[in-house]
Amino acid sequence: MSTPKAMQQSFALRFSSGAFLAFWCLIAAFPIFWIAVMSFKSPVDAFAASPWDVITGPATRANGDGLSILDIVVGLVVLYFAIRWAFTRLPGLVRQYCPPGMIVLGWVIGAIAYGILFVLVFFTLMPLILGPINSLLGPLGSPILGLTTEHYVAVWGENEFYRNFLNSMLVTAGVVTVSLTVGTLAGYGLARSGSDLAFWLLILALIFRALPHSVLVAGYLPVFINSSEILAPIFGEGAPTLYGQPWAVIAVLVAINQPFTIWMLRSFFQNIPAELDEAARVDGCSHFQAFRRVIMPVMWPGVITTGLFSFLLGYNDFLVTSLLLDAQNQTMVPAIAGYFNRETTTTDQVEAVAAAVSITAPLFLLVMIFQRQIVSGLTAGAVKG
Amino acid sequence: MKFKTFAAFVGPSVFMMLLFIAAPLVSVFIQSFQVTQPILEQVEVETCTPGFLTQTCTTETKTVPVLDENGKTMTETSWVGFQSYRNVLQMDKFWEAVGNGSWNDINQIDFWRALRFTLMFTLLTLPMVLIVGLAIALAVNNAVRSIRGPVIFISLLPFIITPVIGSLSIYWLFVGDGILTRLMEQWSGQNISMFAQAWTIELLMYFFRVWNNAPFAFVIFYAGLQTVNMDTLESAVIDGASRWERLRHVIIPHLMPLIIFIALIHLMDVYRVFEEIVGFRSQAHVISLQWLTYDFMTPDDAGNRAMSRASASAMLTMIGIVFLLILPLRRTWRDHKGSAN
Repeated sequence: MSTPKAMQQSFALRFSSGAFLAFWCLIAAFPIFWIAVMSFKSPVDAFAASPWDVITGPATRANGDGLSILDIVVGLVVLYFAIRWAFTRLPGLVRQYCPPGMIVLGWVIGAIAYGILFVLVFFTLMPLILGPINSLLGPLGSPILGLTTEHYVAVWGENEFYRNFLNSMLVTAGVVTVSLTVGTLAGYGLARSGSDLAFWLLILALIFRALPHSVLVAGYLPVFINSSEILAPIFGEGAPTLYGQPWAVIAVLVAINQPFTIWMLRSFFQNIPAELDEAARVDGCSHFQAFRRVIMPVMWPGVITTGLFSFLLGYNDFLVTSLLLDAQNQTMVPAIAGYFNRETTTTDQVEAVAAAVSITAPLFLLVMIFQRQIVSGLTAGAVKG
Repeated sequence: MKFKTFAAFVGPSVFMMLLFIAAPLVSVFIQSFQVTQPILEQVEVETCTPGFLTQTCTTETKTVPVLDENGKTMTETSWVGFQSYRNVLQMDKFWEAVGNGSWNDINQIDFWRALRFTLMFTLLTLPMVLIVGLAIALAVNNAVRSIRGPVIFISLLPFIITPVIGSLSIYWLFVGDGILTRLMEQWSGQNISMFAQAWTIELLMYFFRVWNNAPFAFVIFYAGLQTVNMDTLESAVIDGASRWERLRHVIIPHLMPLIIFIALIHLMDVYRVFEEIVGFRSQAHVISLQWLTYDFMTPDDAGNRAMSRASASAMLTMIGIVFLLILPLRRTWRDHKGSAN
C-alpha cells in the first residue's frame, strides 16, 4: 500500500515522532532495567554516584565477583539457544509426551521443568565449568563486569522468600482456576441471553467493578477474624477462622475479579457465532451439553486471555492479601513490605531490590510469551464498544 | 434461553458477587454505626512490697478488660449513630479551619487531606494519561512496521508490573542516594531530597501513574487507529485540512467512544490510588482515601483495629466514587438509549 503524496509526512515530523517514541521506550523500560542491574551489585555499587559505576560495578568486582569476557560470551550463547529451544523444540516435546485433552497441564509442567533445568544449567553447571577455565586463561578470564548473586541467595535462602513465592502461586492458581470456571459459565449465559435481567446484571457488575477494594475488606475483616464464633452454629466445633486462610483470600479475590471476568468473557463469547450452539441444540443437545461439546473446544483463546488478567489481579494484589493473610501465609508482594521496616543498611535495601526483581521476572516472561493475548484482551472490551 | 438455564449458568458467579461484594457492603454500612469495644471494669489492686517491720502496701484502682471463661477479652457492641463519621470527618475542626481560611489547617485533618489528594490526583491524571497514550499510539502508528512489536512489548512492561513494585522501582531511582537524585544534584549543585516534602512526592506520583496507565490507553487507542476510515482522511486532505485539523476533526471523533471507555476505567482505577503511598512510603506527607481506610484497619501497637472508623471512611470513599462516576455513566446510559432507538 503506497501512501498518497498528500499524506506523506515531512522529515521533521517523522523525526520528532520517532524521537518521542524512543524517549517513551527509554522511560518505560528504564526503572525496571535499573532495578534489575542494581540487584546484581554490591551495595556500594548499587547506590554509586556515577551510573557507569552502577553498571560495571568496580566494588563488586573488587570482591572477586564478576564476569569475564568468556563468561559473557558463553552466557549469551547459552541464553540464545535456551530461548530458541524453548520456542522450537519444547512445543513438540510437550505435544509428544502429554496425553490429549490435558494439554494445558502439560504446558504448565513443561514450563516449570524447563525453568528448573535452565536455572540448574545457567547458575550451577556453568559457574562450575567456567571457573577453572577462567583461571587458566589469565587476562582474558579476569572479571570485567562486577556481578553478584549474593542478594538473591540471601533473599531466597536466608529470608525464605520461597515460602512467599509458594503462597503467591497457591493464591494465584486458585484465583485463576476458580474465577475462570465460574466466569466462563456466567459469561456464556450472559452472552446468549438477551433478557433485561442479563443487562441489569452487567450494569450491577460494572458498579461492583468501581468499588475500591478497601471498602470490601472493611466488610470482611471483622467477620473473618470472628468467623469461628459466627459459623459455630452451622459447623459446630470445627468452624474455621477464615482470617489468614489462603482459600478465603482466593474466594475474596475471585469475587472481586468476577465483574471484570464476566464482562470480558461475555464479549469473547459474543464473537462465537450463536448458530454454532443453535445447531447443536437442534441436534438434541441441552444448553449444558451444547456448552460442553461445542463451545468449550473453541473458547480457549478468550479463556486464556481472561486467565492472564485474573493471574495479574491475584499476583499483583497488595491490599487484600496484606490485610487478610497472617505472616506465615503471606504472599510475595505484601512480604516485600517487611523489608521496609528492616531497611536500615544498604545491604537490606539491595536485598529488597532483589526481591522486587524476583517478583517482576515472572511478569516479564508473561508479557514475552503472551503479548498478543494481552493486547487482544485489552482491546476486546473497548473497540467493540 | 429459559430463565432456569440462565440462572444455572450465572448462578455461581452471582452467588459469589452477592456473598463477597454485596454482603460486605451491607456489613460495612452497619458497622459504621457501631462501635465494638472491650468491656472494662475498675478493680482495686493492692500491691505490697516487702519492707522492714511491715510491708508497704499501696492500693490503686486499675482499669482492666473483663475476660470470659476462655480467657478472651469480652467485647460489647453499641450503636453510636454518626459518631464514627464525626470522628473521621472532624467537621468542627474543618469549619474552624475554613473560618480561618487556612488551607494548612484543613490539611492537618487526615480525611480532608486524603480527599483533596485523591480527587485532584484522579482528575489531573486523566487528561495526562489520555494525551500521553494518544501521543504514543500516533507515534507507533507512524513508525516502521518492524519495530512496532518490540515497542508494544516495552510499553506493556510498566502496565503489567505489580503497582507496588513499580512505585518502588521509581522510589529507588529518586531515593536519597538513588541515581537520578545524584544526577540532579550534580546538575543543580544543591542537595535534593525528593521524599522530604509533599509536592515533590506528588510530582513523582503523577509521573508514576502516567507511566503505569498510559500503556493501557495507548494499546486501546492504537487498536482504534487501525480502524480509522482512510477515505474520510483522504477527503479531509483534499479539502485542505492540515495535519492538526485532521487529528482534531477526523481522528479524535472516531476515537471518542474509546476515550470515554478509558476515562471510565481510569476514574474507577485511579480513585483507588493506594500502591504509590505504600511504595513511596509517603504516609507522613501524602495520603489517599483508600490508604486512610487501610490505615484504620491495620492493627496498631496494641493490636486493635479501628474498625468502626474504617467502616465510616469506607462508606465515605464509596459515596465519593458514586459522585465521580455519575456523569460518565449517565452519558453512557444516554448513548445506550440513543443507539437502541
